[in-house]
Amino acid sequence: MQAQEPLTILIAEDSAADRLLLSTIVRRQGHQVLTAANGAEAVETFKEQQPDLVLMDALMPVMDGFEAARQIKALAGEALVPIIFLTSLTESEALARCLEAGGDDFLAKPYNQVILAAKIKAMDRLRRLQATVLQQRDLIARHHDYLLNEQRVAKAVFDKVAHSGCLSAPNIRYLQSPYALFNGDLLLAAYTPAGDMHVMLGDFTGHGLPAAVGAMPLAEVFYGMTAKGYGLAETLREMNAKLKRILPVDMFCCATLLSLSFQSRSVEVWNGGMPDGYLHRMASGERVPLPARHLPLGILSAQAFDDRTDVYPMAVDDRVFLLSDGVIDTCDAHDQLFGVERLQQVFAANREPDRLFEDIEQALRDFRGQARDDVSMVEVSLLESAQAHGAAPVYSDSGQSCPLDWSASFEFRGATLRRFNPLPFLLQLLLEVHGLRAQSGALYSVLAELYSNALEHGVLGLDSSLKRDATGFARYYEMRAARLEALQDGFVRVHLQVQPQGEGGRLVIRVEDSGKGFDVARVMERPVDNVRLSGRGIGLVRQLGRNATWSDQGRSASVEFFWEIEA
Amino acid sequence: MTDPHVDREVLDTLREVMEDGYTELLETFLADSQSRLHELQDSTSAKALSDVAHSFKGSASNMGAVRLAELCQDLESNAKDKSPEALAQLVADIHSEFAEVRPVYESEKHHTHIH
Repeated sequence: MQAQEPLTILIAEDSAADRLLLSTIVRRQGHQVLTAANGAEAVETFKEQQPDLVLMDALMPVMDGFEAARQIKALAGEALVPIIFLTSLTESEALARCLEAGGDDFLAKPYNQVILAAKIKAMDRLRRLQATVLQQRDLIARHHDYLLNEQRVAKAVFDKVAHSGCLSAPNIRYLQSPYALFNGDLLLAAYTPAGDMHVMLGDFTGHGLPAAVGAMPLAEVFYGMTAKGYGLAETLREMNAKLKRILPVDMFCCATLLSLSFQSRSVEVWNGGMPDGYLHRMASGERVPLPARHLPLGILSAQAFDDRTDVYPMAVDDRVFLLSDGVIDTCDAHDQLFGVERLQQVFAANREPDRLFEDIEQALRDFRGQARDDVSMVEVSLLESAQAHGAAPVYSDSGQSCPLDWSASFEFRGATLRRFNPLPFLLQLLLEVHGLRAQSGALYSVLAELYSNALEHGVLGLDSSLKRDATGFARYYEMRAARLEALQDGFVRVHLQVQPQGEGGRLVIRVEDSGKGFDVARVMERPVDNVRLSGRGIGLVRQLGRNATWSDQGRSASVEFFWEIEA
Repeated sequence: MTDPHVDREVLDTLREVMEDGYTELLETFLADSQSRLHELQDSTSAKALSDVAHSFKGSASNMGAVRLAELCQDLESNAKDKSPEALAQLVADIHSEFAEVRPVYESEKHHTHIH
């Protein structure tokens, strides 16, 4: 048996002889003794000395044991100070009063030493148990605060990474309602160098910190590649590979990616595991569903990953609406889901397209649902003019060693044309010339236009007049995918020449293809038509660059850019 | 022959527990008891009688004065039911019982000096 630790014990007893006897007994058991002759003295002594345990006579003058016990228990607060009542009261009613007053046990008179020692030991065990519980509780509370604080710091970092895009652009409307401190839904938007816009709505498995951690590297890939001019397919491949590599096996990211091109009046869509998006055509009122055709990111290996996108024509003011499954999964008190049908009903009833979000929110409120997940909605529309781009990239070199007199030629053949997009690389090369940096948007747009013409109309032999209407549009892109897949021969050549001129310099770009060419004169004669979906972008090239010419029966295009050194 | 007035075993235990404090305990008890007897005389209400009797009972039983403790228990429980004459009788009984056991405790005081 373990030896009892010495305690400080307060004995409150009005009979002097009994008090003396009890003090001696308790002292002999190894404890330190404090005494009081009535209830009031007992309370005072308790306040001053904080004894570990109290032996309390029930009937005392001035203040009786019951009242003293109540006051002492109140003073003790959360800590347990056991009170053992000393009593020769026999009626059970009187004994019940002891317990009601806060007593923990009784000791009958005449005092039995053995019983007293056993009771003190048992009460002390309880006292120490309570003290441990309080200690643990405080420790847990401290740890909890610490963890919350860590999360807040992590969230600040996360926000910087995940929100460095152009979500505040005038053609984007969004609503995000995170379920926890960290939003497991990721909403990203960024301009490409050509002025197109990439938008991504992602939903990581789970929510909170584990979901957010996967979002950071994903956001970096998205912004980095979009800024360099990579297309959706390459960006998707890279994001999938990254997530597959870094996420645990049971984690993945459902995502819908859009690439809106103001210039070609189209939207390119990839949906992996997200609820259907909707393309709302203003002219007809039709809502075209954009269903998931792929598995979420981070599941398939690089070889198995499918980066094929769908392209739809988009008129000015048309909108693409995306939502995360937090909306659909909102459920009411009867565990009924809000569901896709209710969403369709909201669409059908909606009279003012600008109020779609409000209508959906109202419907969710009327449904009296409880959100069970992060809720996100985004609506992207095609605006009339391409807006100014976001912050220009910051370059760290001084310009002392930039190349001003050089030329380079590239030939991309057959199988390479299938998978490799040389545009980001070519653009980066040109941006080594400081004088060209201010025109990077125009440069990229022109390069992209000439390259895509050379590839699609030249090498693949696609007829741009197919893209006159929506059905033709779909057919065009089907054929493009099929012919690209089967491509063996053919080439696209890109020549770049940079020469100093006066205070600045001149860049000549020439793009050639192995195709059949086209009737240049006839195309040049057509009036410029803003709504037209086809037309080889000749207008764009002539507008953004200088001295645009076509030769070799349309198989070779040439355009120039000039710059002056700022004083 | 067991003493009906004072339980000798209790005294033995007290002597052993208190050691050098035995004498002080005896003196305290005797002095306390004197004042309790006065209180009993002066008490006017049944409640006051009952409370004093309760207190006296406690220390009497601790000191092994079994008969005295019984009498005090009787007074404590029945103070409100008995007639003034019966109460007076009970108080007188308590007085004489104490007078009976007092010499025992007095001699116990000297008893310790012998050891």
